[in-house]
Amino acid sequence: MAVDRAQQPASGAYGTPRWVLVASLIGLVFAALGVKVLIDPQGGQNLLASIYETFGNSAGADLLHNGQGDQFIAKLLLAVVALLVGVGGIWLLFTSASTLVERLTPKLRDRIIPWVFVAPALVLLTIYLVYPAVATVIRSFFDQKGAFTLANWASLGKGEFLEILRNNIIWLVVATAGSVGLGLLVAALFDRIRRESLAKVFIFTPLAISLVGATVIWKFVYAVQPPSEPQFGLLNAIWTAFGNKAVAWSTTFPINLPAEMLIMIWLQTGFAMVVLSAAIKGVSVEVLEAARLDGASERQIFFGIIIPLIRGSIVTVTTTVAIATLKIFDIVFSVSGGINHDNVVAVRMFQEMFQFFNDGRAAALATILFIAVLPVMILNLRNFRRQAAM
Amino acid sequence: MAVSANAVTGTKAKSRFWRAPMLESLPLRLSVIVICFLWTLPTAGLLVTSFRNPQLITKTGWWEGLLNLFQPDQWTLQNYGNVLGGENMGTAFLNSLIVTIPSTVIPITIAAFAAYAFAWIPFRGRGVLFIVVVALLVVPLQMALIPILKIYSGASLYGTFLGIWLAHTAFGLPLAIFLLYNFMSQLPRDLFESAAIDGASAFQTFIRLVLPLSVPALGAFAIFQFLWVWNDLLVALVFLGPGKDVQVMPTALYNMIGPRGGAWHLLTAGAFLTMIVPLGVFLALQRAFVRGILAGSVK
Repeated sequence: MAVDRAQQPASGAYGTPRWVLVASLIGLVFAALGVKVLIDPQGGQNLLASIYETFGNSAGADLLHNGQGDQFIAKLLLAVVALLVGVGGIWLLFTSASTLVERLTPKLRDRIIPWVFVAPALVLLTIYLVYPAVATVIRSFFDQKGAFTLANWASLGKGEFLEILRNNIIWLVVATAGSVGLGLLVAALFDRIRRESLAKVFIFTPLAISLVGATVIWKFVYAVQPPSEPQFGLLNAIWTAFGNKAVAWSTTFPINLPAEMLIMIWLQTGFAMVVLSAAIKGVSVEVLEAARLDGASERQIFFGIIIPLIRGSIVTVTTTVAIATLKIFDIVFSVSGGINHDNVVAVRMFQEMFQFFNDGRAAALATILFIAVLPVMILNLRNFRRQAAM
Repeated sequence: MAVSANAVTGTKAKSRFWRAPMLESLPLRLSVIVICFLWTLPTAGLLVTSFRNPQLITKTGWWEGLLNLFQPDQWTLQNYGNVLGGENMGTAFLNSLIVTIPSTVIPITIAAFAAYAFAWIPFRGRGVLFIVVVALLVVPLQMALIPILKIYSGASLYGTFLGIWLAHTAFGLPLAIFLLYNFMSQLPRDLFESAAIDGASAFQTFIRLVLPLSVPALGAFAIFQFLWVWNDLLVALVFLGPGKDVQVMPTALYNMIGPRGGAWHLLTAGAFLTMIVPLGVFLALQRAFVRGILAGSVK
């Protein structure tokens, strides 16, 4: 773009027009009022009630205050306020802060403006991730009364906690290997058919479903009935058709472990497939043609050429799936809450927090997850430093 | 079909060469069909059951319902009516929208400003701070739950929409900043130089140039975050709690599993209701979703 330096505007024209500043500051006042409504548990009802009162409908207002009347309209009103405040507020904040800083002297302005842009992110990351991570590690060394103790950690080496750690390791190995292995298989198979994209949609779509939703889907597949009644669960219908006795797949140890892991694999295979399929298509055609001319079999080509060439993608997919699997919560929590020897760290941590009110042990369990991802964190940092030229 | 076709595939021409020697043999085609069929079967069972007469659901398998497709007393919409009314799924749907939309827009906005500064505005400590962001990429959110919950009960943010927006925002920020930084740092340098010479402030440059040019990356992360927040159970349970008036759809569905594991007519309809929005988003924006997944596989 050719730039004519002579057209450089006078300093008065620099930056955002003044009306933007005024408008965004006024907007912020409204956003602050909106936040007050949002923090109030009865915010929606109170707001609608005061609107009713303004228009002389005090009967409707009284009904709302008593938890009756137009509750749904109050909810809708709250939704509108919430969206205006949440979406609009953040933009007003950045706009007004930036335009304010623009009015300063050029030297000051250039020094402050990057901090206006990064400060919200840094503040949130500090409050929500950096400080809590440190606080959680420290908390794991204190008991409920605030005295230093190693008991939280010592208890993890005993009985049911060993079982929980064992389950997490099984999840980590089997569910990760299952997802990545199946994803690779599907990607390689589908690469050779004409309707590839259509076929991929079938495998890929579960990724959009919530883990709770997926658990309901599979609990229905695993559903079990007493022998006298018809089996409406798909798996038991097939199983009993071969003369077997019906099995409570999702609640009988140890079969419940693979039953639960299958839900995760069903979801994550699509993810692995998408990434690995893109990688397979990135393998140069010339290399494959050359191997074929040399008489390599398709199997040799796949294991000897394609897999080594897409190793980077396989590592990426494996770490991503492994981290998700490590933190697995929803599936075990909604299948049975881990009462059938199938509990995992994240679920037990939740239970320590909200059932046993033992924050110290919950903190120790969280720290275990943190320690488990540390190698990945170091790897990420090393990769980043190698690429970055900042 | 054509749209969805190109979306997932990426490069089409190359695969044709690779395919050549093994064309579409019958066993290959059959195994693909079998895999796709098996993958869809569980969801199909749920969908069919949600429309069946509650009395029949536990009497016969849903596949038998399909055999009697034209018996009018097999099918009903009543399950959905019951779930939306009696089980508060209607309210939960609104709550999910209230939680998810700001929890998507706020982190994208904050991350876009931050990524722009990290990529293009020199300031002291920039390198170190960005390394912190990269380090935070994989920190499990479990590490945040106990301290944040303590802060929330002190600041009366527990059970509020504002509280869960901020939590989802912060948890999504590292990935958002990282992805947007990767994208924005690839924009041509001339762009920023000429904008500065034209007298545009950093804020104006961001609004007029950086944002419009970053739409692909913004969209990809938006879909990612939208699906993650909409489908989230843990953060919602911890920071919103189980209260009926603030519960989101996964919480509502979870609450239905607990006390009435056998009420399949309600559970199947409820599960399908929670899936409609993410499936719609997914099918409509498949291309951007795949792009987001390919870019985001670092978390």
